[in-house]
Amino acid sequence: MINLEIPKKFKPLVSQANQVATEVFRPISRKYDEAEHEYPKELDMLASLIDGMNEGSDIGGAGAAGVRRESSNGDGGNRNGSNLSTVLGIIELCWGDVGLLLSMPRQGLGNSAIASVATEEQLERYGGKWAAMAITEPEAGSDSASIRTTAELDGDEYVLNGEKIFVTSGDRADLIVVWASLDRDKGRAAIKSFIVERDNPGLKLDRLEHKLGIRASDTANFTLQDCRVPKEALLGSPEIDMKAGFGGAMQTFDNTRPLVAAMAIGVTRAALEETRRCLKKAGVTVDDAAPAFGQHAAAARLLEMEADYEAARLLTMQAAWMADNAKPNSLQASMAKAKAGRTCVDVTLGCVELCGSVGYDENGLLEKWARDAKILDIFEGTQQIQLLIVARQLLGKSSSELR
Amino acid sequence: MNGNDKGGGIAERSMGFGLRALNRLAGSDLLDRIRVRKQVERALFQGTKQGFRSATAAGRTFKAAQKLGKPARQKPGKPKGLFDITPDDEQQMFQEAVREYAAEKVRPAAQKADADASTPPELLAATNELGINTLGIPEELGGVVGEQAAVGSVLIGEALAHGDMGIAYAALAPGAVATAIGHWGTAEQEATYLPAFAGEDVPAAALAILEPTPLFDPLQLSTKARRKGGEWVLDGTKALVARATDCELFVVAAEAEDLGPALFVIESGAKGLSVEAEPAMGLRPAATGKLILEKVRVPEGALMGEGKREAYVECIHRARIAWCALAVGTAQAVLDYVIPYVNDRTAFGEPISNRQGVAFTVSDIGIETEGMRLTTYRAASLADQGRKFGHEAALARRLCAAKGMKIGSDGVQLLGGHGFVKEHPVERWYRDLRAAGVMEGALLV
Repeated sequence: MINLEIPKKFKPLVSQANQVATEVFRPISRKYDEAEHEYPKELDMLASLIDGMNEGSDIGGAGAAGVRRESSNGDGGNRNGSNLSTVLGIIELCWGDVGLLLSMPRQGLGNSAIASVATEEQLERYGGKWAAMAITEPEAGSDSASIRTTAELDGDEYVLNGEKIFVTSGDRADLIVVWASLDRDKGRAAIKSFIVERDNPGLKLDRLEHKLGIRASDTANFTLQDCRVPKEALLGSPEIDMKAGFGGAMQTFDNTRPLVAAMAIGVTRAALEETRRCLKKAGVTVDDAAPAFGQHAAAARLLEMEADYEAARLLTMQAAWMADNAKPNSLQASMAKAKAGRTCVDVTLGCVELCGSVGYDENGLLEKWARDAKILDIFEGTQQIQLLIVARQLLGKSSSELR
Repeated sequence: MNGNDKGGGIAERSMGFGLRALNRLAGSDLLDRIRVRKQVERALFQGTKQGFRSATAAGRTFKAAQKLGKPARQKPGKPKGLFDITPDDEQQMFQEAVREYAAEKVRPAAQKADADASTPPELLAATNELGINTLGIPEELGGVVGEQAAVGSVLIGEALAHGDMGIAYAALAPGAVATAIGHWGTAEQEATYLPAFAGEDVPAAALAILEPTPLFDPLQLSTKARRKGGEWVLDGTKALVARATDCELFVVAAEAEDLGPALFVIESGAKGLSVEAEPAMGLRPAATGKLILEKVRVPEGALMGEGKREAYVECIHRARIAWCALAVGTAQAVLDYVIPYVNDRTAFGEPISNRQGVAFTVSDIGIETEGMRLTTYRAASLADQGRKFGHEAALARRLCAAKGMKIGSDGVQLLGGHGFVKEHPVERWYRDLRAAGVMEGALLV
């Protein structure tokens, strides 16, 4: 039965998340944009609250940790589960502030990776901790198969060596999920992820980045030098399965791409709502019944941006809903991420333009959202990587045919 | 139908989209028959192609059968609790049947229908036999669907347009009139006209709203209806009316004196009505024409929806959703066509789809088509649940107008020179997809 509304049972969660965004995130949004690298201590209390929200319900929470892929959908009926509820929660929180969401303790993408592939034992061991994700290297961004960080088995320990950059929450997290190769000659199949405790002496923080946006979130660069972790710190199987190839490591992304798309949706909606208000003050409103081009150009532009937003939002909900229902969603997850990422950038920049100096100056948040937006079309797979994934799926091409 | 939404007994379920509708489908041997029957060459005189004005069709005499005390209405469905993108079982079966029909019969006929500027009568008859045009008719008046069926109409419009948008327009246009009367008609209008639409011999009919003016706004109509001695007198011109010369019945939008924009039922025999051919860039199988009203007198009872603005605005939104559905089907047709083409076509020693410039264009077609589809479904689903859907319809409209056209253009581009010639259907889709941003009224969900 086709129904694309927010399910009734998630309305309390959405409303809670919206309150958090309104009462906690928005008031400190500008503060931590200016005070880059300062820890938003207001989030500690909030993190406990969100842990409580996650524990207290079977419908998942508002952070990335809630996502765990369904292996089957039980009775075959329609399911609205943790993937969808998490997406909805993230939309609300990022409507508040995406940088602060990324700084939320225990809600990192590393947590999502752990939730996706960890064994029960690992879940127990690392549960309740804050995990960041370290994939990118100076010479390997989108091309994550070519990472140079190595992991060598030495007795009961792996020894990690290499350099990692752009680690979101890398300074503040308890754990870093590090991608490294067991055998650089075996290509992507040999890439595994390892959980490294933040206080491991072999993990050295090089510096924190100064950024265009999401400045509330710390972005760390590390060197791993003879960094020793127990054998049990490897996530998933230690076997180098040439057939399964990269699938295992990449599987995480099918789950996390809709979450990043959700972040973009939240920021986009914030900008659209603010712009609607701003234009109304200026005497411009949108008439839904009248054709776009008979209206004020600003109204027509707003309608166009809202239409893109609506498409991106529904694509994102679709991808999450498919994960809840154990339907393969790699294609839809990338479609959602591509559409949401580019829409977020286009819309937030468009909103600044429509609102003029009011949008551009730091008295409001429009300019901040426009700066925050850009990363959402880059991390968790750039626009171009998403288009590549979508194209390979639609055209039935391998990664060697379509590079 | 999914577990959570399952209604009570079978009787209750049949009130919904479909058992009775499916029965009609199953009872028809059409799908088998059309596959073996040779298509009859159509050599009928086409007024629309002659370029001069002609009278409207003589038309049948519509007489009220059993009149109800108050107008019958399809009920909105219950609001649904869960997010779901799967059509229910009945909708899926209907969708499958129409898809198959569109692939087997509509697509192969499309090029000739485009060239001839007419849709073969057997294709129109087939649509009627499938019961597609009865979705908006209340059960009391012979309809097969108890609840409002905007989503069902969208799925069918999409499936049919995957075959051909112009043929879909020609075939679905009478259904728009039935749906308009089913939604906003008086008891008298329903009793007079709907039985004919529910029967075997469905009259050609058109919902005429669009006018030949740049920046047309359906809320600012040039067509006027004046009150005169207990009658309405209408003057004005309507544009791109499907099968205008064949129509036996029109629902026409006019600015009604003291009321604002409103709908009027007008039989084709009315004095002062004439049609003029208006072949266009696309939608050619629908044999579009202008409908000219010169001092057309209709009784007071011709007014629909009590002249209420909400009824009229709802009609505008429902029409836009219908055009979105056609745009989605056509956009999907483009995607399905370009994928094998770019995979087979080689240049510089390898398939052109190995190049990102080509591959990313295909990705964008896929992404935007899916976005168009979801926004259209959402607007339709809200309508079926009896909730407000004007804003969502406006968003779907904007998206389908802009992205639909981009997809049409990219489709031709991907085929290069081959896309520009009629050997391939993409140039037709390019022409048709422009309509999604131009048309108002004409179709309804």
